Amino acid sequence: MRNGTAAKVRRDLSMLAILSVAYIALAWNVTNSYYQLILTLVPIWAAFGVSWNILSGYAGQLSFGHASFFGIGGYVMTLALVYWNLTPWLGIPLGMVVGGFAAVLIGTPTFRLRGHYFALSMLAYPLAVLYFLQYFGFQEMSLPMHREAPAAYLEFSDPRFYTLVAVGLLIAAVFVCVLVENSRFGLALLAIRQNELAAEAAGIDSKTWKMRALIVSGMMAAAAGGLYACVQLVVTPDSVFGMLVSAQPVVLTLFGGVASLWGPVIGAAFLVPLSKFLDAYAGNVLPGIQGVVYGAAVIAIILAAPDGLYWTLRDKFWKKAAPKPIPTASKPDHLAKASVTAGTPLMKVAGLSKSFGGLRAVSDVSFEIAEGEILGIIGPNGAGKTTLFNLLNGVLPADTGTATLSGQSMLGKKVHAVCHMGVGRTFQVVRSFPRLPLFDNVIVGAYGAGLSDQDAADAAIHALHRTGLADIAGVEAGSLTNKQLRLMELARALAGRPKLLLLDETLAGLGREECDDILDVLKRLRDEGMTIGIIEHTMHAMLRIADRFVVLDHGAVLASGPPRTVVEDRTVIEAYLGKKFLAKLDA
Amino acid sequence: MDIESLIENIANALTAGLTIGCIYGLMCIGLGLIFGIMKVVNFAQGEILMLGMFASLYLVTGGGVLAFLGPYVGPFVGAILAGPIIFVVGALIHKFLISRVSGLKTAGSIDDGHFGQLIVTLGISLILQNGGMIVFGSTPFTVRTPLSSSAIEVGLGIGDASVFLNKAKLIACAVAIVTALALYMTMEFTRIGKALRAAADNPTAATYMGIDVDKYYRMAFGMGCGITAIAGGLMATYLSFGPFVGFDYVIIMYSGVVLGGIGSIMGAFWGGLTVGFVQQFSALILPPQLQNAAIFIVFLLIVLLRPQGLFGRSAERA
Repeated sequence: MRNGTAAKVRRDLSMLAILSVAYIALAWNVTNSYYQLILTLVPIWAAFGVSWNILSGYAGQLSFGHASFFGIGGYVMTLALVYWNLTPWLGIPLGMVVGGFAAVLIGTPTFRLRGHYFALSMLAYPLAVLYFLQYFGFQEMSLPMHREAPAAYLEFSDPRFYTLVAVGLLIAAVFVCVLVENSRFGLALLAIRQNELAAEAAGIDSKTWKMRALIVSGMMAAAAGGLYACVQLVVTPDSVFGMLVSAQPVVLTLFGGVASLWGPVIGAAFLVPLSKFLDAYAGNVLPGIQGVVYGAAVIAIILAAPDGLYWTLRDKFWKKAAPKPIPTASKPDHLAKASVTAGTPLMKVAGLSKSFGGLRAVSDVSFEIAEGEILGIIGPNGAGKTTLFNLLNGVLPADTGTATLSGQSMLGKKVHAVCHMGVGRTFQVVRSFPRLPLFDNVIVGAYGAGLSDQDAADAAIHALHRTGLADIAGVEAGSLTNKQLRLMELARALAGRPKLLLLDETLAGLGREECDDILDVLKRLRDEGMTIGIIEHTMHAMLRIADRFVVLDHGAVLASGPPRTVVEDRTVIEAYLGKKFLAKLDA
Repeated sequence: MDIESLIENIANALTAGLTIGCIYGLMCIGLGLIFGIMKVVNFAQGEILMLGMFASLYLVTGGGVLAFLGPYVGPFVGAILAGPIIFVVGALIHKFLISRVSGLKTAGSIDDGHFGQLIVTLGISLILQNGGMIVFGSTPFTVRTPLSSSAIEVGLGIGDASVFLNKAKLIACAVAIVTALALYMTMEFTRIGKALRAAADNPTAATYMGIDVDKYYRMAFGMGCGITAIAGGLMATYLSFGPFVGFDYVIIMYSGVVLGGIGSIMGAFWGGLTVGFVQQFSALILPPQLQNAAIFIVFLLIVLLRPQGLFGRSAERA
């Protein structure tokens, strides 16, 4: 469990207990078997929604093909029952195991794709399986009855027991989701959703976390599919692998509120009964009208509440609790005032080059950063500054050259591995987690670096103090100013306890006074012993804090040295202000 | 199987793949326009195809185009006229629904509004499917033309082997190619095309350049719907259809667009063509039930080997 989430976990779990008891009490008094079936299906679809939400909500990896796992659960349970006479009590767990393996099998190639490509490719898996099942003659399979021991085979003559089992499944699913949401797992997923590259730069191994999310999600979906087949007593490829099945968790979760614990539950509680009632009553009067009403209802509500019911209602009716003060650190910050030997080189870059086709974006660049100094890397737009950083922290592979941090090579490593070596990086475009408090935004960096829960909390607290954000640590990041967001990114990088900070245009888009505040923070960090490489194209601000300059132009080092010599360098003036200006200067 | 009939089968699969593939290609361009320019995943595109088929049907049988132009020309004119009609339908759908969850309104929000778009287009799809059932009924229809039951036989010069070209499909294929070319010209060489591409590339910057992004998005959505509707009208000449026909084709459209590379409008045409070929060739070696499975497997293989699609560029900036 993450630091500071105990109260929320307690609240969510008691809510879960109250709702479950109330729901079962309600179901126990329903005698109409059609209504009872609806009451059984609501928790099953909700559990499927929760599973989809873990991968597509929290981690933002939109999947249009979650029927793969739902269908595997349904078919494994059914086949095991038909051919091996295996009780569903074991068949459903077996389906979950197969679902987990399927997740690895599907995820390994498909996670190479991003965005829409990923979402649509996921759709192809269940459809391919669907046609194979039809071809191999598994069109319609009924579950055999076991009159001698119905309960042992998850068969009940009283449908209320199915509801009981379904509620049990949903409780388990919500509990797993609580564990995910309030641990470093959930925070890593949220970070990946916001900006995968920034998450990697904060030390998060996005591939591994995404795969874990898919496995958990796949197993949970398989369990829902298995129980669904038990309740329906018959499976067909279309009823568990079909496109409508894939669409179901998407609609339920988006309707209820994506990336929230209760979103899928709210969605299922509203939409499943709605569609069933429409089917039963309106469909008889005018076939087709049920689909029209259902479609219109879904559209109307999403237009009124674009983020889903949960978030919209929460924003509207729950007054924001006063931001909690951050806890005090349990240990003093052992890294502040690190002992530095001025002049010892920390990072050495030699002969680094990178071409894109015919364009030499970075060409034979060599420089050093000494411990405890601020190196300003300046140059006009398109000089190759950001590309240089991308080479150094593993976003792009270099063509030739070397780069070492305290003697260890930084090249040929993955982005998160470079972060683990002790390199913190910020990006030109700030990405925050708007719904999370500032503190959680920062602690991501500490988790990325692999710190334990307590150490991570300490590191985040120290980072907030060092960037002057400690007073607003409880505020949601969505309401911060641009300057505060820039500082937040800095704090996130600091929370990973880096040896070296690479900052990409931290001052971009800030006013003069805001710039001054950030420059003060950077100066203070340097005085505490931090080593910083900072990209800027405004020479102005850099003159005030940089100890040394490296000037890049057209990918090559134009000049380097102390600020004064660099700004008087004729080639630098030419690159910045043009030949004409130089001529005027000479005249 | 002897060599002669093997050659005959391959040649026939090739020509059938080409003709059907071109029509699929046009259908995919419609979706590719919407997807590429607005970045909206439109799950209702299959129903737009269905509307195109019915628009053509009513123009031909109800609107008197058939009586006026005869059964040979009428159905194809009906298909082309379905384009502007569904353009208007698409523009209206955009004005009242899609524009509320897309465009500048959602640009830069956490998921760029994709989640809202998904729900809205799924809802539209449900309404059109079921509304179609109420309005049109569920008996299958076709736009009858005698051309769909006659073929041109071309000898291959090897024994008796010959290729059969279905006349309706052949004309439909020609109309599809001409329409696709016209669209290509529009996108490349006219002011509208330039504005559309600018709005696709960077809506915020396009706004600063004085381009009314909302207007052009509406146009893109309408054009995307119109193009797919023309393809629908063409398919209606050789295919029987009902209100739920869109279901089968929306997946083919997405496969084609992703294969071609998201953002590349002509790539969508080649993607659709590829799907057409795979479908026809798989018929040579696979039982009919597995033809659709073959499409998805080839789709996955291509996408996994070339994640940016056949014609897309991968561009990511830190």
